[in-house]
Amino acid sequence: MTGSIPTKEWMDVPAVFKEGNFCYPAKKSMVEYHKFPNPREWSPDQDDWKLPDGWEDIILKGLKERLDKFRSLKLFMDTCVRCGACADKCHFFLGTGDPKNMPVLRAELLRSVYRNDFTAAGKLLGRLAGGRPMTVGVLKEWFMYAYQCTECRRCSVFCPYGIDQAEITMMMRELLHLVGVGTNWILEPAANSNRTGNHMGLQPHTLKDNVSYLCDDIETITGIRVEPTFNRKGAEILFITPSADVFAEPGIYTAMGYLLLFHHIGLDYTFSTYASEGGNFGLFTSNEMMKKLNAKMYAEAKRLGVKWILGGECGHMWRVLHQYMDTMNGPADFLEVPKSPITNTVFENAASTKMVHISEFTADLIRNNKLKIDPKRNAHRIPTWHDSCNTSRAMGLLDEPRYVLDHVVPKWYEMPENTIREKTFCCGSGTGLNTGEIMELRMRSGLPRANAVKHVEDKFGVNTLACVCAIDRATLTALMDYWNPNVKVCGLSELVGNSLIMDGEKERETGLRFEPLEGMEG
Amino acid sequence: MATIEHAGSSYDVDEDGFLTKGMEEWNQGWVEYVKGLEGITDLTDEHWKVINALQDYYKKNGIAPMVRILSKTTGYPLKRIYELFPSGPGKGACKMAGLPKPTGCV
Repeated sequence: MTGSIPTKEWMDVPAVFKEGNFCYPAKKSMVEYHKFPNPREWSPDQDDWKLPDGWEDIILKGLKERLDKFRSLKLFMDTCVRCGACADKCHFFLGTGDPKNMPVLRAELLRSVYRNDFTAAGKLLGRLAGGRPMTVGVLKEWFMYAYQCTECRRCSVFCPYGIDQAEITMMMRELLHLVGVGTNWILEPAANSNRTGNHMGLQPHTLKDNVSYLCDDIETITGIRVEPTFNRKGAEILFITPSADVFAEPGIYTAMGYLLLFHHIGLDYTFSTYASEGGNFGLFTSNEMMKKLNAKMYAEAKRLGVKWILGGECGHMWRVLHQYMDTMNGPADFLEVPKSPITNTVFENAASTKMVHISEFTADLIRNNKLKIDPKRNAHRIPTWHDSCNTSRAMGLLDEPRYVLDHVVPKWYEMPENTIREKTFCCGSGTGLNTGEIMELRMRSGLPRANAVKHVEDKFGVNTLACVCAIDRATLTALMDYWNPNVKVCGLSELVGNSLIMDGEKERETGLRFEPLEGMEG
Repeated sequence: MATIEHAGSSYDVDEDGFLTKGMEEWNQGWVEYVKGLEGITDLTDEHWKVINALQDYYKKNGIAPMVRILSKTTGYPLKRIYELFPSGPGKGACKMAGLPKPTGCV
């Protein structure tokens, strides 16, 4: 991108694939596993994508079905006036400078086909009315830009019509799957989740071993043995968190935080090895896949006979839970309106889904003075707060994590106003774009977030980026290593767990990462 | 998908250079090939300890171990594993041992 005035109409600029600018295509075996159409070996950087015969009709028929089925899609296709308010709000546009990453133009990639085949003006006037026929070039463009959107919905905050660009991207991805065009980094975790209950592919014994290993570390650090249970019928609460929390750093420290917190308050809860994933890569695939993978949560809650479900630190999980689960797989009338057994607070906001976010739950505990906290244990950390796209924009979780942060660290600082809360910048690698082969793109799309972190690092000496999302914990770590290498990433519950004064604990010498604690009197 | 020819054997690999069929196709020749890729001069007992630990774990669990479990099993801190396998436990050691690359929120 040179910044010069374009010499060609956007419709005449083809998408060019080269190593590093596309996610690897789904393996044949993965496409077969999901019983998706057209399993084959192919690569986006080859001319021939080996599309099935009559693929144009398959796409157009798929689009028609979705226009009939989703009123929202029809509205989003019709109501955009191309005002451009969204144009410079997208982290992918800011990071790449590619005009097709302006949300308005990304949507136009689909809208142009919609106009051509589904509106009177387009049928008559074609390109004059902004329409264009479905061609291989258009399909390739969809693949490129539907996978340079993280469905973060920052643009939608600024759209005067409230067009949900994430749902447009979701439709483009769904349509692409109809002809066998998808990415492995999404379909493989989705397959793992379907088969083993979680994205990592942790089988029940492995999941238990991993958690037990974290309990060993907790014992070494605090002298306290925590004893979580699995698949326990009759537990009051089912706890579901992203599987990365019990597999990879730095998520494992967040999981240690949960374990300490639950032990601290004597919570009657159980993990499940069946519903062992909070995240849902189905959201990044298709509505049907999302529904199927999500169904495990309520099914397991019912089987175990719990009263309600507590959810861990995951981003897109909460988009699914808060905006789709109730109508997809509900009503969960076999569960009770969540009530904290420690404070008796009734979470009316979760009266329908029966699922409470760990930050809401923790904030309520703090507010009712139920936790013994020593914030000085986090004195070596000077955090700033990253609002994860989905928890902030899709469920309005803005103040609870800040309230928790106020209590568990001596001091922390906000990033600039237009980069936080509803206007938060994406990590740049959500919706299954957190794969290594597009690392340069990820560092570009994460630049606006990294830039805001850099600002508070320079100004206040911030050294920690705290968040409540498993994808964030993995991707922001890579982003910080590149742009702000002195800043470490952690989950909020790690800070909570590290600050808790446990009954019968030994003198604390290190944090949950075995890092020495500075300036701490215990 | 591509095919690698090395010392008279051929191996199917994915885009990241991991064995497509995993341990089924894994042999001594593959270890020698990855040794070259990784820029490892001498393959020592320490390397083999890591490879064996990864393979044993994979056979029982169908997945690579958490890095900290690998450290505990072998007795090598992460720093030492990086010294042994410059591109790290995931990309270097797992590739050499014939394990697949982990996916998901990692």
